[in-house]
Amino acid sequence: MATLVPPPSKRQKVAAAERAKEQQELYSIPSDLGSVRVQFFDQATGNATGPAVSVPVADANTKNLETLLNTLQGNDDDDRVPYRFTYQSDKGDQTIDILADLYHSLLQPGVKTTEDTISLFFTPQAVFRVKAVSRCAASIAGHGEAILATSFSPINSSTMVSGSGDSTARVWDCETGTPLHTLKGHTSWVLAVAYSPNGAMIATGSMDNSVRVWDAKKGVALGGPLKGHAKWITNLAWEPYHLQEPGCPRIASSSKDSTVRVWDLASKRIEHVLTGHKGSVTCVKWGGTSQIYTASHDKTIKIWNPKDGTLIQTLASHAHRVNHLALSTDFALRTAYHDHTGKVPSTDAEKVAAAKKRYEDAATVNKKIVERLVSASDDFTMYLWEPSSSNKPVARLLGHQKEVNHVTFSPDMTYIASAGFDNHVKLWNGRDGKFITTFRGHVGAVYQCSFSADSRLLVSASKDTTLKVWDVRTGKLSTDLPGHKDEVFAVDWSPDGQKVGSGGKDKAIRIWRN
Amino acid sequence: MPQNEYIERWQKQHGKRLDHDERMRKRTARESHKASYDAQNLRGLRAKLYQQKRHKEKIQMKKRIKEQEEKNVKSAAPDEPSKTPLPQYLLDRSQATNAKALSSAIKDKRAEKAAKFAVPLPKVKGISEEEMFKVINTGKKTHKKSWKRMITKPTFVGSDFTRRPVKYERFIRPMGLRYKKANVTHPELGVTVQLPILSVKKNPQNPLYTQLGVLTKGTIVEVNVSELGLVTTSGKVVWGKWAQITNVPENDGCVNAVLLV
Repeated sequence: MATLVPPPSKRQKVAAAERAKEQQELYSIPSDLGSVRVQFFDQATGNATGPAVSVPVADANTKNLETLLNTLQGNDDDDRVPYRFTYQSDKGDQTIDILADLYHSLLQPGVKTTEDTISLFFTPQAVFRVKAVSRCAASIAGHGEAILATSFSPINSSTMVSGSGDSTARVWDCETGTPLHTLKGHTSWVLAVAYSPNGAMIATGSMDNSVRVWDAKKGVALGGPLKGHAKWITNLAWEPYHLQEPGCPRIASSSKDSTVRVWDLASKRIEHVLTGHKGSVTCVKWGGTSQIYTASHDKTIKIWNPKDGTLIQTLASHAHRVNHLALSTDFALRTAYHDHTGKVPSTDAEKVAAAKKRYEDAATVNKKIVERLVSASDDFTMYLWEPSSSNKPVARLLGHQKEVNHVTFSPDMTYIASAGFDNHVKLWNGRDGKFITTFRGHVGAVYQCSFSADSRLLVSASKDTTLKVWDVRTGKLSTDLPGHKDEVFAVDWSPDGQKVGSGGKDKAIRIWRN
Repeated sequence: MPQNEYIERWQKQHGKRLDHDERMRKRTARESHKASYDAQNLRGLRAKLYQQKRHKEKIQMKKRIKEQEEKNVKSAAPDEPSKTPLPQYLLDRSQATNAKALSSAIKDKRAEKAAKFAVPLPKVKGISEEEMFKVINTGKKTHKKSWKRMITKPTFVGSDFTRRPVKYERFIRPMGLRYKKANVTHPELGVTVQLPILSVKKNPQNPLYTQLGVLTKGTIVEVNVSELGLVTTSGKVVWGKWAQITNVPENDGCVNAVLLV
């Protein structure tokens, strides 16, 4: 028979009540602090929004500040924008994110007092919200070998392309979970796939040293293979839409033969061969200010001018091979004029203008176009660069205990996520590279990760056969997505946030949705 | 010197005949003639044995010719660095030999119903009870009824086992024949690791032996594979996996097993 615990004595009860009160007060704001003056600044332009306003400290949480700022901006009730607030000191040497309220972020640590005017910088957050994917909508067989790369169309989440070890790429209809086209032509593994920013073409790079370009709608080859590389293709990057000359888009391909080639797709010819790396080029990115960034096994990152194929800058700080690069504007460049509203401008000129505006909105900080770059390396570290201002890194991101394989910027550029072979995904501040949190949960090496379009969720693919969806704000696991029967090599979150597509060694494409 | 190596010894002492090489050359040159003569003229059992030998030699010959031919072919396709397709970021890495790589082929095979129950050693020789048990007859009562047995084969005994009182202990499992670890080979990777045994799942001889934890050839044991880092489809770490014993433990003094994947 179980022993009955005697009821607590009066002394115990009083002590418990005391403790509960203390704990509660830890998170409450004292009501006798009066008010504080707050001045809002736009993060992109640095302009103030009218005069400083006085806000009661007790009510100064992010929700209320958001409402206040919307009113100051004159936004209507139906198009209210969520904002994120950061405090920057006058000298600009200190930056603090306002997580919950002003009291706990600034006043309590003694950064500011209620006597001061607090300058808050605001950045608009995504007005839409992506729901965490939670179920497998389709598992589509078709590939005869492991799937090595996947990519969603920038237009919407209904089509996806995957490259496989059976030397084909396949286009999938994700709404019905059926194959649309099989892109046959390569003679060896398809290692890289990339949709053009307008979604009309697909480029594939292969183990057979060639690049092929396909019509995304019809699934037919546009001309023959682009030959020139001496070793296999590792990565592909399309010229950003707003930089393309009408009718002749260009593409850059990086290869194991330590060169990068820029191809003119109208004439199917090599425009430039960027030589200079001494090892396999692992990653290539084409920036929105018309610069090509390449990372290589020779420990350096090089920046090239695609107009004449000259080297602009060499960034050397890594101590081992550089595995991957991410640009802060990756998302804007990838989707060009396709935004969350789904409205497509009618004429080409409007499309270019829209793409340009989207890029500039994303890249402008303090009235300057700033493109930040983060590089992941085998030396277990990452570096954050701002190549336009200096060839020294902004920050060194330390923390991984094994090779860092993949790194990505969130679409709103506030976070960096890195996936490493030490089974962890780590989250960093996109502005200054400060460590934020570690997502623990995978039991095998993490190969890739991808942010949702609203930057609130992150999906990671791992060797342990699972995908995991993480909540960026809380740093916790949102959903675990088991289902793959073997290692997951590639994952992509569609730019409109609806679906996640993944593929791996078990040869089946899986589409996940909420 | 081994008894039969007198020729080698002689050659070491005195050297070879002066015309040794020439004789050997001639003999090999005439070998085909001799073979053809034997094939045509041998009769009876000797012919049979000769043909058998010749058949085996021909198989080896054909294999070698084929190997040579394949070596000479120059392929146009670029060399792929590994058999299984790998994504770009894994290509230039030395693959750590870790026990994860259960090949897809094996998995496909496992999906088939029949293969599910296939084990590396499907049949084993039976062991009689007389061989397995030794009758103990110490003491008056025990001697009278002869109910006590000692197991003469290696056993696995769980770590939490305590022996029963003498009066109730029917089967004695000798301390010297108890094993806690097995040398387990991963058939795909070809790596062998020493892993702790967790339990005996099935002894093909007799269900009683399963219960007693007797380790004989063909016994299925569960081993602790947590250090290999295997993962299930749902991402959980596997720690118990089955293996089949491939040797006769009492002859070797160790337990060798092969992992069932």
